[in-house]
Amino acid sequence: MVTAVRSAVAADRARAVVASVTDPEMPMLTLHDLGVLRDVVVQADGRVRVTITPTYSGCPAMATMRDDLVRALQDAGFEAEVVVSLEPAWSSDLITQAGRRALRDHGVSPPGAAPQGGPVALRLLPVRRDVRCPRCDSTAVELTSEFGPTACRALYRCTDCLEPFEHVKEI
Amino acid sequence: MDQVSEHDSVYDGLLGGDDSRWAFGTSFEDPLAGVDTTVPDGVDTAALAAYCLMLGDDALIASHRLSEWCSSAPDLEDDIALANIALDLLGQARLLLARAAAADPTVVPALPEGSPVPPEDALAFFRPEGRFRNVRLVEQANGDFAVTVARLMVLSTWRLALMERLVDSRDAVLAAIAAKAVKEVAYHRDYAARWVVTLALGTDESRRRVEAGLRTVWPWRWELVDDHVVETEVDAAGVGVAPSRVADEVDALLDQVLGVARLERPEVKDVGPHGGRAGRDGRHTEALGRLLAEMQVVAREHPRGRW
Repeated sequence: MVTAVRSAVAADRARAVVASVTDPEMPMLTLHDLGVLRDVVVQADGRVRVTITPTYSGCPAMATMRDDLVRALQDAGFEAEVVVSLEPAWSSDLITQAGRRALRDHGVSPPGAAPQGGPVALRLLPVRRDVRCPRCDSTAVELTSEFGPTACRALYRCTDCLEPFEHVKEI
Repeated sequence: MDQVSEHDSVYDGLLGGDDSRWAFGTSFEDPLAGVDTTVPDGVDTAALAAYCLMLGDDALIASHRLSEWCSSAPDLEDDIALANIALDLLGQARLLLARAAAADPTVVPALPEGSPVPPEDALAFFRPEGRFRNVRLVEQANGDFAVTVARLMVLSTWRLALMERLVDSRDAVLAAIAAKAVKEVAYHRDYAARWVVTLALGTDESRRRVEAGLRTVWPWRWELVDDHVVETEVDAAGVGVAPSRVADEVDALLDQVLGVARLERPEVKDVGPHGGRAGRDGRHTEALGRLLAEMQVVAREHPRGRW
């Protein structure tokens, strides 16, 4: 009984530590907000096993996420390991509401709804998105490039306030 | 100054045993850490590994070629775009090479004892040319921007069609890799196809260049959809997709782009196999040897990861 309570407390504490770790590329988001955190388990031997999923296959931030998680847990007195889950594939729909607010507050336009399954249509014209300028809220925006500073972001500019901004792509 | 505070040296934080202070850590990592890599019943592990090398080597070599554009593309946006596409393909290559190594460890080249090089890197950096299984299309030199986008259109149209079917693989790892790849390659195909249209409908010079680009890449196309014995075998086992299954769909999509661009299919002769063998058999062109010499030199100089 005492052991069970102790391990439940440890699990809560480990989850709280993990919940505080932020994304290395978009530090306004926690890994939970980004939707890459799959599971936090305190094992029988007291080690914490954290499961994360990559946003894009080549996301170079995966190693940093792993190291940040291990270090944060170590600082809180936990031995930790981080494992990868590929299935189901990450989708921008997994970004939380709090995460979307944080993106907008930091000048990054949050993603719309991700395309659903089925055959992928060839798109020869820029994808129509419901994008608003995160600075002035104007809908008069234009796509500069589908590829930005990280795999998950596209480049836009606002033709009202004339500022460039980034948009998290729908995948 | 009387005493040196702990903040006086910018190097202090770099010392000590905590590797994670380095930008991306200094330790190696396994992209399939914790993933169940058990091979499904009735599947020949050697065939599955060879198939993963085919799809992984296509991605790895195409990625390396695209990365050669870094800092040389026509403008900053396209520099970033090509680097992003290269990064997506590199990520797919890492997963596929790791999957090959997990399915059949005998494909991984032996390294000196004590080498920290993980299997995916051993496959990328220590295999000789004759054991690479990519199609010859992806190893050809970049040419100009029009050649590059023409080739990327052909490659990504085929790769997307294939990955859309591979999501139903009986191998859960391949299915998961394919599900991620579909989302990524869809952006690659759109990017390349839009540029082909833009160049074709641009100036006389840009049209001339994209026509020449299509003529350059067209002779290598057939290899993508020509069923290799390994591909036939994994298809029959329900873990892979014989590429002839996607040939009609790929043709129709390419015709759609060419139609919008008011371009004709180039009339050029295929570059056939050499002595009955082509890229999937490890028979490559001179271009791959030069690419590998550059890509592998540092790893081969330092197989223990130390210098």
